[in-house]
Amino acid sequence: MQGYIIRRLLSLLPTLFFASLIVFITVRLIPGDIIDMMLSQNDVAADKMSRDQVVAALGLDKPMWQQYVTWVTNIVFHGDLGKSLWQNSPVTEFLRARMPVTFELGLLALIVGLLIAIPIGVYSAIRQDTAGDYVGRSFSILLLAVPSFWIGTMVMVFPSIWWGWSPEVEYVPFFTDPVQNLKQMIIPAIILGAALSAITMRLTRTMMLEVLRQDYIRTAWAKGLSEPLVVMRHALRNALIPVVTLIGLQAPLLIGGAVIIEQIFVIPGMGLLLLDAVNQRDYPIITGVFLVVGVAVMVINLIVDLSYGLLDPKVRYR
Amino acid sequence: MAAVIESNTPASAAAPAARPPSRGLLKRLFRDKPLGATGGLVLLFMLVVGILASLVAPYGYNEINMIERLQAPSWSHWFGTDNLGRDVLSRCIYGARLSVIIGCSAALLSTVISILIGVTSGYWGGRFDMVMQRFVDAWMSFPGLIILIVVVSVFGPGMLQTIITLGVLLGIDGSRIVRSAVVAVRENMYVHAAQSLGASSLRILWKHILPNVMPVVIVIFTTRVGTVILAESGLAFLGLGVPPPAPTWGGMLSGSGRTYMFQGPWLALAPGLCLTVMVYATNVFGDALRDLLDPRMRGSR
Repeated sequence: MQGYIIRRLLSLLPTLFFASLIVFITVRLIPGDIIDMMLSQNDVAADKMSRDQVVAALGLDKPMWQQYVTWVTNIVFHGDLGKSLWQNSPVTEFLRARMPVTFELGLLALIVGLLIAIPIGVYSAIRQDTAGDYVGRSFSILLLAVPSFWIGTMVMVFPSIWWGWSPEVEYVPFFTDPVQNLKQMIIPAIILGAALSAITMRLTRTMMLEVLRQDYIRTAWAKGLSEPLVVMRHALRNALIPVVTLIGLQAPLLIGGAVIIEQIFVIPGMGLLLLDAVNQRDYPIITGVFLVVGVAVMVINLIVDLSYGLLDPKVRYR
Repeated sequence: MAAVIESNTPASAAAPAARPPSRGLLKRLFRDKPLGATGGLVLLFMLVVGILASLVAPYGYNEINMIERLQAPSWSHWFGTDNLGRDVLSRCIYGARLSVIIGCSAALLSTVISILIGVTSGYWGGRFDMVMQRFVDAWMSFPGLIILIVVVSVFGPGMLQTIITLGVLLGIDGSRIVRSAVVAVRENMYVHAAQSLGASSLRILWKHILPNVMPVVIVIFTTRVGTVILAESGLAFLGLGVPPPAPTWGGMLSGSGRTYMFQGPWLALAPGLCLTVMVYATNVFGDALRDLLDPRMRGSR
């Protein structure tokens, strides 16, 4: 197990290297005239910074490889992602404030998604080819097609027209008032979770169908065990193992989806931070969010990989 | 779509080991997959409506009429009018054109990129494959939407940027699927036979590998159209897609539209419905094609 963890971590290095290159190069592609545009757009900045200062702040005045090396060493050895261009505080400070919010939303959405997907997936499998199965499956294909921002928009508009009720948009941190915070987060989490549940539902159904045909399930039936016992204790536990992998695969979708949902419900997470930074062309923040999100997804996938061994005794780490 | 399927047949005819599963595809589609066939027809309908937008739409997409602003759906304006008095139905129809153009061209670009990366990486394997796959790993750990937002922040919003970014984004994503198909095909006897006969790599790739991964490629293309349309509308919704007054479905749900939805709730309905129908149709059509063309991929999405 230990050897596996070490090798898994080592294999992360090249991926991390490429990820840093992707982030670095993408944001470094800024055309020169955009800097002029930035200066003319941000009147605040115009009288504070000259063109040369902005170029220097972005580190664009040095050769490419030198910029990259400085950037990476600053991150690795000083945990320094640079400073916001227009607000005088380090990028890490913004991230520290915004990250927990997005993670809370993501976690809630994940839980909601599983709560929707697993029961329907299991039901679809044990009642294969019945009307219920058909409804469940059509529902899941439909969920894949409905854009979450449309649902979000309708949730903002229609209840307020019909009942004069609209979702809270005044953000309250979890540790200030957990109840208020959850009341605000639950609707966005349901919308985000529902979008993701479609794929999980399909996989749960497929895996359940496969497991239910195994010999040991027939034995369990033959022993006269009740249906809930066979389904829950014997089949579901084994069917859910691949579903865990899916959680890792869905991590990017979850964080990406959060960006849109945060914008609709005005939740001050990383998505809103990124969009504000894009509007102000605050490139250090954009780079910071970009990198942190990529690394977060890799870490989630690492955890998923490692937890596999705990869930499935058949998996032996070599 | 049909053109892509047909182009498969002559290429495969050259490789006797590959019986194209595309034979009688249309007939089988309608007989075995009624839902998928319906999806295909809806797609075709949207395509035609989109292409003929200027003939079909009752009004122009940016025909401002302040007297008739925020009118509820009626016989003269089926989907109502927006805050500038523009006909929502017409805007949805022109929106279909934009969605179809962006959807098809980005999906095409992404498919070409998937083939280039997937085929080279899968066929040559070795160190090149390893480096390439680490790059794809890294790429895939970034949420697509975030990459899109960052790229738009660098190059600015616009149709061309959207198409290229989405094409590259999904192209790298999809290369995995092509690669695994190539790895499976590569070990076939006829490939080894061609290799021992001294056929050049390029010839083998073109005559033997590519025709055999074609079913996978067609499926990727179809499902990508839906993904692209959804992603593009998300981007437009955030105000980072094709800039107004272009009538994108995502854009119609955001920005100025959103403030007026409380007075005109129909503004929130039409574009979202168009989007859902379009993406749903693409998905069921893609699923049906996958089941017919490549049974191995069943349930893989």
